[in-house]
Amino acid sequence: MAAVRTSSEITFNRVAIVAVLLVTIIFLAPIYWIASTAFKPRNLATTIPPTVVFQPEISPFVKLFTKRSQLRSPPSPEEYAAAPWWERVVFNGGEKIVRDGKGQVQWSGYPSRFMNSLIVAITSTVLAVGMGTFTAYGFSRFKVKGEADLLFFILSTRMLPPVVVAIPMFLMYRAVGLNDSHVGLIILYTAFNLSFSVWLMKGFMDEIPKEYEEAALVDGYTRMEAFFKIVLPEAATGIAATAVFCFITAWNEYAFALIMTSRRAQTAPPFIPSQVGAGLPDWTVIAAGTFLFLLPVAIFTFLLRNHLLRGMSFGAIRK
Amino acid sequence: MTQIELRGVQKYFGAVQVIKDLNLKIDDNEFIVLLGQSGCGKTTTLRAIAGLETIDGGDILIDGKPVQHLKAADRDIAMVFQSFSLYPHMSVYENIAFPLRATRKSKAEIDSEVRSVAKTLQISDLLAKKPSALSGGDMQRVAIGRALVRRPKAMLMDEPIGALDAKLREEMRAEIKRLHIKQGSTSIYVTHDQIEAMSLADRIVIMHEGVLQQVGSPDEVYSHPANLFVAQFVGSPVMNVADASVTEKPSLASVTVGDAAAGFEFPRALLSKLNGHAGSQLALGIRPEGVLVRREAAEGFLPVETQIVEPLGSFDIVDLKVGSKMLRARTKSGFISGPGERVFVRIDPSQAHFFDTASGKSLGVRL
Repeated sequence: MAAVRTSSEITFNRVAIVAVLLVTIIFLAPIYWIASTAFKPRNLATTIPPTVVFQPEISPFVKLFTKRSQLRSPPSPEEYAAAPWWERVVFNGGEKIVRDGKGQVQWSGYPSRFMNSLIVAITSTVLAVGMGTFTAYGFSRFKVKGEADLLFFILSTRMLPPVVVAIPMFLMYRAVGLNDSHVGLIILYTAFNLSFSVWLMKGFMDEIPKEYEEAALVDGYTRMEAFFKIVLPEAATGIAATAVFCFITAWNEYAFALIMTSRRAQTAPPFIPSQVGAGLPDWTVIAAGTFLFLLPVAIFTFLLRNHLLRGMSFGAIRK
Repeated sequence: MTQIELRGVQKYFGAVQVIKDLNLKIDDNEFIVLLGQSGCGKTTTLRAIAGLETIDGGDILIDGKPVQHLKAADRDIAMVFQSFSLYPHMSVYENIAFPLRATRKSKAEIDSEVRSVAKTLQISDLLAKKPSALSGGDMQRVAIGRALVRRPKAMLMDEPIGALDAKLREEMRAEIKRLHIKQGSTSIYVTHDQIEAMSLADRIVIMHEGVLQQVGSPDEVYSHPANLFVAQFVGSPVMNVADASVTEKPSLASVTVGDAAAGFEFPRALLSKLNGHAGSQLALGIRPEGVLVRREAAEGFLPVETQIVEPLGSFDIVDLKVGSKMLRARTKSGFISGPGERVFVRIDPSQAHFFDTASGKSLGVRL
């Protein structure tokens, strides 16, 4: 059933739609740029004006995952014919893939950095959201002495830009041997996200009527059982939303990753720009690395979109 | 067989005492209604019995055993909440089965018990639905089903039909009564609605500011209110209460309301029954049906002027001006056409109540 709309409202709606489209285009432009560059041949990546129509290539991704060196002379026809398709696209670009003594392909630094990013972001998200959920539940349901002060204290860890503590953190981490380790980054990002997670989850917990748990308590369940069987399913929306935000923060974090890690535990954000400086930059490879880096967050957010929209029917409670 | 007893129960919220030395004994199969205004401690009392609130003093006994230190889960009591508290992520079936899953019952047993409760409550066709798809009355039935399915020692209900609309409330009231008669479990029911209390209760417990005011059958609390609070809280329309003075006349007693010019005639026996209270602070309480109204003058009737008339369908409530006070009378509908009419009124001595205004207590005078 459509409500009655006046002509001025219709005009307003049209203007609004145009404005929304415009803003969307502005926001999507950089993503389009990265995505298109990731599939361009190297010689078209930096043309002025930009090349819009081109034959997409997979070579930037092959190059992204392998170590390469410049070809002094073109490969012999036999060598070219014997090479698999992914090696040929590298030959076509005037480079060759580096192999070790046994002929094994040498991987570039990217896959391990990407894995590091996944390990650190997922683990720290699980920890921050898990601890945040329990903490928020405690604050929401029980009388905690000095509750307001404690919550303020938790929030206060967010009041400084984190980079301010980067140097002391670095020194501390070096002293205890946590620098360039997964555990170090996980602790750091968990601490980072925890205050945010506690506050966000507190809001969601407060919205869940405590009669649900009380009903379960009277029905013969312990507090823990009631928490897992009743509160957690009800808080799923909030947990999903909090997890998305924590994951994005941990996934995108650059400054600390740059300072705290160098090789073993280095994540993708500091690695990708570090490749710009190595010789003449191959923008297509950097774009491919960035494009792949965008995907997990996009997929994660897409999977949880229903929860984020809070479209769930929120309960059969009468107030 | 379940008896519940409260002995000297005390409960504080911070500095505020919400339950003051509550003593109450509830018999097996009894339907008890805790009645009072919001904030009188009735819900807190119920939650204390359920184990959702701790108490600061006294004992709560179920079948003679103190339970105040037991967790809610270990008291074997079921509760229906005003908000229903159906778990939104579970189907109706799962909601009803939930209390059984806490026990070590087999799947088949659970299934048959859920289905039999659903049949009793006539919600068998709703079992697959989610609570959000139900109407208010059906939600209520499911909530009651969830409480009944475990066959608990006692059923506690916290304003279970308060959230429903008037018509449905009446229907559910009858249904709850029918169920209680059929199942016969000890039940404690909290409400602020005195009609609900009167229609459901074996005994009504009236509370005010954390203090128990009176315990008795609906008829007892209606006909013999223990104090002014109960007198004015129970019954609709509300009982007339006015300061009164009693004077001795030859062969009868006269009760003057407020600053009225003349007094109402009462039997002389009143004087002896008042037992010395006659001159002191005294309040007369009379329900509107105890105020008798006539059109013609008669022996013992005082002339008064009518004010507002409230037609309520089956009867009218008429405000009568007695001195500077208003006396509300119940008349046949249409008996008084409007304000400004001159009618004659007397008070039925057998329906009059006398209270000590200082303590508020009833003087227990019956004529």
